[in-house]
Amino acid sequence: MADFAQTLMTTLAVGSLYALIALGYTMVYGILKFINFAHSDIVVLGAWISFTLTRWLFPAVGLDAHNPDSPAPPLWLGASILIAAVVACSLIGFVIERFAYRPLRKAPRLNVLITAIGVSLLLQNLGQLSFMFGPSPQKMPALLSNVELWRLSLPSSGGARNVVIGLVDVMIVGTSAVLMIALEFLVFRTKIGTAMRAVSYDLEASALMGIPVDRIISYTFMLGSALAAAAGFLYALKYPGLNQPAHTTWVLLGLKAFVAAVIGGIGNVRGAVLGGFVIAAVEQFGAYYLSSSYRDVYVFALLIAILLVRPSGLLGSTVREKV
Amino acid sequence: MALLEVENLGVFYGAIEALRGVSLCVEAGEVVTLIGANGAGKSTTLRTISGLLQPRSGKIVFDGRPIQNWPPHKVVETGLVQAPEGRKIFSNLTVEENLNLGAFLRNDKAAIAKDRERALEFFPRVRERLAQQAGTLSGGEQQMLAIARALVARPKLLMLDEPSLGLAPQLVQTIFQVIREINRAGTTILLVEQNANMALQVAHRAYVIEVGKIRMEGPAAQLAASDDVRKAYLGAH
Ligand SMILES: Nc1ncnc2c1ncn2[C@@H]1O[C@H](COP(=O)(O)OP(=O)(O)O)[C@@H](O)[C@H]1O
Ligand SMILES: [Mg+2]
Repeated sequence: MADFAQTLMTTLAVGSLYALIALGYTMVYGILKFINFAHSDIVVLGAWISFTLTRWLFPAVGLDAHNPDSPAPPLWLGASILIAAVVACSLIGFVIERFAYRPLRKAPRLNVLITAIGVSLLLQNLGQLSFMFGPSPQKMPALLSNVELWRLSLPSSGGARNVVIGLVDVMIVGTSAVLMIALEFLVFRTKIGTAMRAVSYDLEASALMGIPVDRIISYTFMLGSALAAAAGFLYALKYPGLNQPAHTTWVLLGLKAFVAAVIGGIGNVRGAVLGGFVIAAVEQFGAYYLSSSYRDVYVFALLIAILLVRPSGLLGSTVREKV
Repeated sequence: MALLEVENLGVFYGAIEALRGVSLCVEAGEVVTLIGANGAGKSTTLRTISGLLQPRSGKIVFDGRPIQNWPPHKVVETGLVQAPEGRKIFSNLTVEENLNLGAFLRNDKAAIAKDRERALEFFPRVRERLAQQAGTLSGGEQQMLAIARALVARPKLLMLDEPSLGLAPQLVQTIFQVIREINRAGTTILLVEQNANMALQVAHRAYVIEVGKIRMEGPAAQLAASDDVRKAYLGAH
């Protein structure tokens, strides 16, 4: 019972991160029908920009960013860093779309895919340059002290055991929830969101409605990148040992989020969120109750299983068009 | 000067020449039809006027402005609106959302509501289905929605690409009746059709297009009576 509760909490936190990242994959795929391989690198940028800003700003509030036992700064500092990372990454997302993908709008899908891989490699290697983030891992100073919010005593196999719910996990789940609700509102309740859904269904017909298609595509990239940046920030909050930008942990994180998008039904916004939590559940519960060495295997096994049963994902539509 | 003037339009798909110097004009208040066989270049003409295709040569002047090479949304902004071939309804949106997208470029809420009301008066069946997913509509209802949606954009010139395509004869009658009413209410119409018979009954003037070139033009009644047209397009022998 105690183990279950603890694993569930981790699932919610990790699932939120997968969901945030998966949303970017799914929105871009929905509109341009290609996998934006560079998306996971935006997560990396989000994390590393947060780290860099934290290093800069700690002294400004009288703290030592290099001291691992430094107390956490006031909340507003973390919030400002989150906002700055989000803004920076949306601008980067805008630039990538504008200069790497837009010129290829009428090119074969494969060309765009290869370009995306190129952009991804470029970002990874730029990030490792010494005047950028450097080639070594870094320790993210604590932006938030992980205070204990609740301590529950629950029965466990070896007698009662305490389950601790900490502020960091709650902050991750809360921030993600706010972002996802805002996105849901934007996509399903606003004019811009309706235009996004229209463009993702039929680009040409949207243009005939007077929708400035290129601008809507830019917004979509910026939105996806903003969520990725938030995910990067929250990730650094939870896992302060930041790996260097080209490290495989990042690739794997992006890959799992992509799997979440596919499992939920690629192109489907709600599916991406569902997929994120499903992936996290399989991974965390599998790791805890079966064996933690196979945590990645569970995720990909689930992907295969779901694609066999529902090729278009859990919430993906099988029928696209009535002719 | 006519509302729409198309001069010597040349359009290619790669190396294939789809339009070989198409010229036509539409005066304010008219219904003009462009008829021709499948593959003659009718849709290509409308798609080029709407800015979906770039012409290699020629001129398009709408309401006094040269609009060739404008992006499609800018063309819509001038009041030149197209209901495309195959309806192109957004099946993933509700009927109401589809309708509202027609007004994407407009901000005058009160005027939009009025135009929406007017569009729905032409098509009461669309009104009954506002909350439905658009993909669940029948072919005829989708066509009605496509025209209603274009009307919400408040077009000065409404271009319709084969509105009768795939519809049962009775629905075809209804659609053409509404086209006539829309025109009477003041909207200029450029109607592309393979159903020459119906199109010539509704239109004031007509153009006949064959393999990317205008072959005949004149008052609709006159073309309908001509032997060439009767043989080639009206099924007379
Ligand atoms: N996307 C395309 N690529 C290549 N050729 C095309 C394309 N669309 C149309 N065509 C060709 O251009 C010609 C005119 O097509 P279209 O304008 O669709 O004719 P219509 O609307 O009169 O049936 C046809 O020969 C058609 O095969
Ligand atoms: Mg056609």
